[in-house]
Amino acid sequence: MDHVIEIDGLSKEYETGFWRKRRTLALDGLTLSVRPGQIFGFLGGNGAGKTTTIKTLMRLQFPTGGSARILGRDISDIETHRRIGYSPENPYFYDYLTASELMDYFGRLFGIDPDTRRRRADELLTAVGIEDKDRRRQLRKFSKGMLQRVSLAQALINEPELVFLDEPMSGLDPVGRREIRELIAGLRDRGVTVFMSTHILSDIEALCDEVAILRAGRLAASGTLSDLLEDSGDARSLEIIVRGVEADEIRERVELVAGATLAAKPNGVSVIVLDETDIDAVLQIARESGGRLASISPVKQSLEELFVRQTE
Amino acid sequence: MSSPSTGSLPRILTIATNAFREAVRDRVLYNLIVFVLLITVSAVFLSELSGGHAGRVITNLGLTAILFIGTFIAIFVGVSLVWKEIEKRTVFSIFAKPVGRTEFLVGRYLGLAATLFVNIAVMGAGLSLALLFVGDRPLAAAIWPAILLIFLELSVTTAVAILFSSFSTPALSAMLTFLIFVIGHFSSTIKELAGALASPAAKAIVEAIYYGLPNYRVFSFITETSNYMLPTGRMMAGAVAYAFGLTAVVLSIASIVFSRRDMK
Repeated sequence: MDHVIEIDGLSKEYETGFWRKRRTLALDGLTLSVRPGQIFGFLGGNGAGKTTTIKTLMRLQFPTGGSARILGRDISDIETHRRIGYSPENPYFYDYLTASELMDYFGRLFGIDPDTRRRRADELLTAVGIEDKDRRRQLRKFSKGMLQRVSLAQALINEPELVFLDEPMSGLDPVGRREIRELIAGLRDRGVTVFMSTHILSDIEALCDEVAILRAGRLAASGTLSDLLEDSGDARSLEIIVRGVEADEIRERVELVAGATLAAKPNGVSVIVLDETDIDAVLQIARESGGRLASISPVKQSLEELFVRQTE
Repeated sequence: MSSPSTGSLPRILTIATNAFREAVRDRVLYNLIVFVLLITVSAVFLSELSGGHAGRVITNLGLTAILFIGTFIAIFVGVSLVWKEIEKRTVFSIFAKPVGRTEFLVGRYLGLAATLFVNIAVMGAGLSLALLFVGDRPLAAAIWPAILLIFLELSVTTAVAILFSSFSTPALSAMLTFLIFVIGHFSSTIKELAGALASPAAKAIVEAIYYGLPNYRVFSFITETSNYMLPTGRMMAGAVAYAFGLTAVVLSIASIVFSRRDMK
């Protein structure tokens, strides 16, 4: 199978209001595909359509246009759900159940036998950091972070081939985030595909093989992280670091070089030029003022810059 | 690795068991045990006042109380049965599993039906004990067919509550279900009205209302039981068939509505 998720022109329009109906287009012809065995990051600002996309794939909502396939089957095919897992945004479960009971309940829905259910529940709750004593407490006594961990555990009870995680780091402290990051990375190592929506860009940078950025229900950008950062239009920009000279001494002349910007940094004076043909001119100015070249390196925009640019 | 393929029944039973557990942990049963004790004590107290009619008064009062308490639970738990799941978003994790919406609806329905069954059985046992206490052995046994009929009626009421809650708010659903309960008990009056009307059009409309709404009179046998009468086998069989048929139709409509609903 080339792709585990194939989304083709998916649209979702909501009607709001009782008397005066208003239409809101949450997804506008989204087309996207995800290859197996990778962690796929799904980015976008608030209201961009990330959760709507995941809910539609999970058949919680019905598309008003387009189609989508998961593991080679149409999303309306309920049998596909035997092979996938899902952890919703802000998870909420039956709060009168304990963590162990919840795992057992979901295991039963998959038709997993009692011994396997018990073993997997123990393994998964251990993996997400739910201690033994907490497994017998009702979920209404759990913190948001603990519920998030349980949510991840329940998403894996059927040993899925593909997992959808909607904001999986929400509510977790830094230690918890690191643990869950390791867990997600471990899933990829076992060949599980992870489709992850998150606002936390450092997690995307640390985990994701490919990303898609959504803006107003449409695909704004997609590809591998390095490709996206290089294709940003500033890929030819270079940073020149010179030492032995003060920034103010050369500022006026350097800024005459087309598009060059200059800043004082702890490791020297940083000059950003838009093209390598400008390097000689900047170096000549620096040398004439007694400066010397320390380094030249390509400028890469950060994921944050890319995100802001694509979602603005 | 994918999970083994199973039929609908195990999933429906799993959901039903959980719905029953939910009711137990929400103390629906505990409240009723306290309530039935109060009813029983009141009934015994009333028997002192009514002289030789103790058994009949207790039976009438007890069976009516069972019907009203059961209807109260069927309506108020029934209307929130599906709505609560959507509102609290617990359905998100359920529908990500290989669970159909009809399976979910039927499972939740059966869970509440089981809760009502246990409730009614406990109340019925309390009533039987009260009747034994006042020495009316025949009525202590005779109440059970009437209790079964009450259970059948509550099964229909629960299905109606679920139907309304599949597309409407709990408050409106409760109101509509209660309305159906009231009209259902006066359906014979509607039929009489249809017979008395001169205009064929008006008669057709009233008859349509009569046949379109549940006829709860089929399940009413409280007064007769209090008078030491037992329902015939034919009546019981008819009531069972009517309850099953009506519940199936109402749940099918609820399923069609619920299956098209977006979970926001």
